[in-house]
Amino acid sequence: MGKIRTPYLLLLPGFGFLFTFFILPILNLAQTSTQTPVGGGDTGQYEQTFRFQNYIDAFLDNKEQFARSFIYAIIATILALMISYPLAYAIAFKAGKYKNFLLVLVVAPFFTSFLLRTVAWKQILGEEGFVVPTLRSLGIISQSTTLTSTSFAVVMGMTYNFLPFMTLPLYASIDRIDPRTLEASGDLYANAFTTFRKVTLPLSMPGVVAGTLLTFIPAAGDYVNASILGSPNTKMIGNVIESRYFKIVDYPTAAALSFTLMAAILILVTIYIRKAGTEELV
Amino acid sequence: MSFDASTARGDLILTRITKSYGDFKAVDDLSLTIPKGSFFALLGPSGCGKTTTLRMIAGLEEPTVGSIHLGETDITTTKPYQRPINTVFQNYALFPHLTIFENIAFGLRRRGFKDVDAEVNKVLNLVELPHLASRKPTQLSGGQQQRIALARAIVNRPALLLLDEPLGALDLKLRRQMQIELKWIQKEVGLTFVHVTHDQEEAMTMADTIAVMNEGQIEQMGSPADLYDNPETAFVANFLGQSNLIKGTISGNDGDSLVADLYGQKISLPKSRSHATDNSIYAGIRPEKFRISLLNTPVSGNVLSGGHIEDVSYIGVSTQYQVAMPWGQELIVFEQNDDGVAPFKKGDAVNISWEPIFTFALRGDEDVTAGSEVNPEVLDEE
Repeated sequence: MGKIRTPYLLLLPGFGFLFTFFILPILNLAQTSTQTPVGGGDTGQYEQTFRFQNYIDAFLDNKEQFARSFIYAIIATILALMISYPLAYAIAFKAGKYKNFLLVLVVAPFFTSFLLRTVAWKQILGEEGFVVPTLRSLGIISQSTTLTSTSFAVVMGMTYNFLPFMTLPLYASIDRIDPRTLEASGDLYANAFTTFRKVTLPLSMPGVVAGTLLTFIPAAGDYVNASILGSPNTKMIGNVIESRYFKIVDYPTAAALSFTLMAAILILVTIYIRKAGTEELV
Repeated sequence: MSFDASTARGDLILTRITKSYGDFKAVDDLSLTIPKGSFFALLGPSGCGKTTTLRMIAGLEEPTVGSIHLGETDITTTKPYQRPINTVFQNYALFPHLTIFENIAFGLRRRGFKDVDAEVNKVLNLVELPHLASRKPTQLSGGQQQRIALARAIVNRPALLLLDEPLGALDLKLRRQMQIELKWIQKEVGLTFVHVTHDQEEAMTMADTIAVMNEGQIEQMGSPADLYDNPETAFVANFLGQSNLIKGTISGNDGDSLVADLYGQKISLPKSRSHATDNSIYAGIRPEKFRISLLNTPVSGNVLSGGHIEDVSYIGVSTQYQVAMPWGQELIVFEQNDDGVAPFKKGDAVNISWEPIFTFALRGDEDVTAGSEVNPEVLDEE
């Protein structure tokens, strides 16, 4: 009897933690999202009126930021995938004894704060950095073009910040591929490109799916990159939620936006996983 | 490409192949012709260069020096996917994300073959696993995976089929069964099979011709019976089965035979089985060729007297004796258990005799332990 109970007892702290700090806040957030201001009350005073119109208002007022969030997140995810795949492949198959060292390098940015790294990108892309003068002297950008406060800077910052989340699952997946299956593919009349398309890529799909999700989901809700590297024209939905909560003190709209974002991500991710067909890969 | 290697057919000819990794020569100036349609085995201990040789034939490695021809076509630098050569890999290397059917169809599809279904089904029937077509490789047993790996290769009707220790991962009983099946399939499809193994029994069961490799070179090549009855070096004598090697000198010449002196006792051996270069030799006799007799029993042929039974091990089909000789050497003797009793006991004083034609002679400066310290079963674990 005691033996059967032990695993549940061990799970109890976890359940307690999640209940207190996840379930309760979510319920609270749901409750807040349908509230309206108290008539004649102070700023920040709301009462429960079950006004579901809040959701429609919040969405219609911020369509542009929603769209931008998803477009930026998708571009950043694709860029991160294009950078990470060759990197993860090289670490898994070509690095030899430098494998662990290179993996440490991939994780190394985490030793510095997320905020600080993003501020550093402001420097790198700023007028005093080396990127802008170089591109100007090469004639790639005009003399008057700047890179900070642009959507380019925001997407670059996101790509950089979420790169390890893409690289690590990709590496884990590619590293598990038996190199002999690649040799077998070559032996069975497939050239290098066909081998990649028919063997390497399908076998690394679990990593591709995990990496893109781990990059896309936080990127879609991110507001740090847009607020440090962007301008009012590059506002993402995260920035709107942040300012609704902390600046305008419009809790119901912020809550409604949060739920809408969660739902949108959930729907997109579900469609994506269905399409990617990861159940094939076990 | 100036020619199409994929249609090349004929004998496989390796000419003075060397493969170096830094200072280490995995394969050292090796020349070899493998006739079309034969079942050829490359046999040797781990690290002898047999797998490197196979990988060069497959195109997975390029020789440092030398050339590889298939018939008239030079395929030395041809990419693996352009060679009409398929491999059954050591651990099968089936594609885990594809069904058994698609695994087998892989090569056909790459070459734009028309009637994939019919060919795949035909070969699935050949390996007697048509009911597994829609399974994934992980759902199959080791023996089934082995057959699918074979099917995936032979469905392409390659000019040459390479087998890299294909039975190494199977248990002993299944291995014996697969050996017979492989041999049958080779006859059935009529392809050239090149089989790499460290298991001498496996090589002898299946191959028409065996090349014994040691330290990157071919030690001796021939039919299984040739290699076993007439080994040219101590390595071959010890690696293929067991041998009793007794030091001696050539003391006379008698027509087709030579007379040798082994610790003061005269024996005779056929000239055709002497590989000595001077009078100093090791006379070699296989343990099952010896006969043991008590001192007062009449014997014929070569006789060595003065032995004592040191140890008796009963192993079912035969009894294994260790016989201590007056010069301090212990000879191994296998006696068939066909007369119902083990007539000799430990301590019996005995003579050892055998037919002179079963004697071979090796050079006297050979290392008599060469090839004997290698235990194939241990190498399995690598």
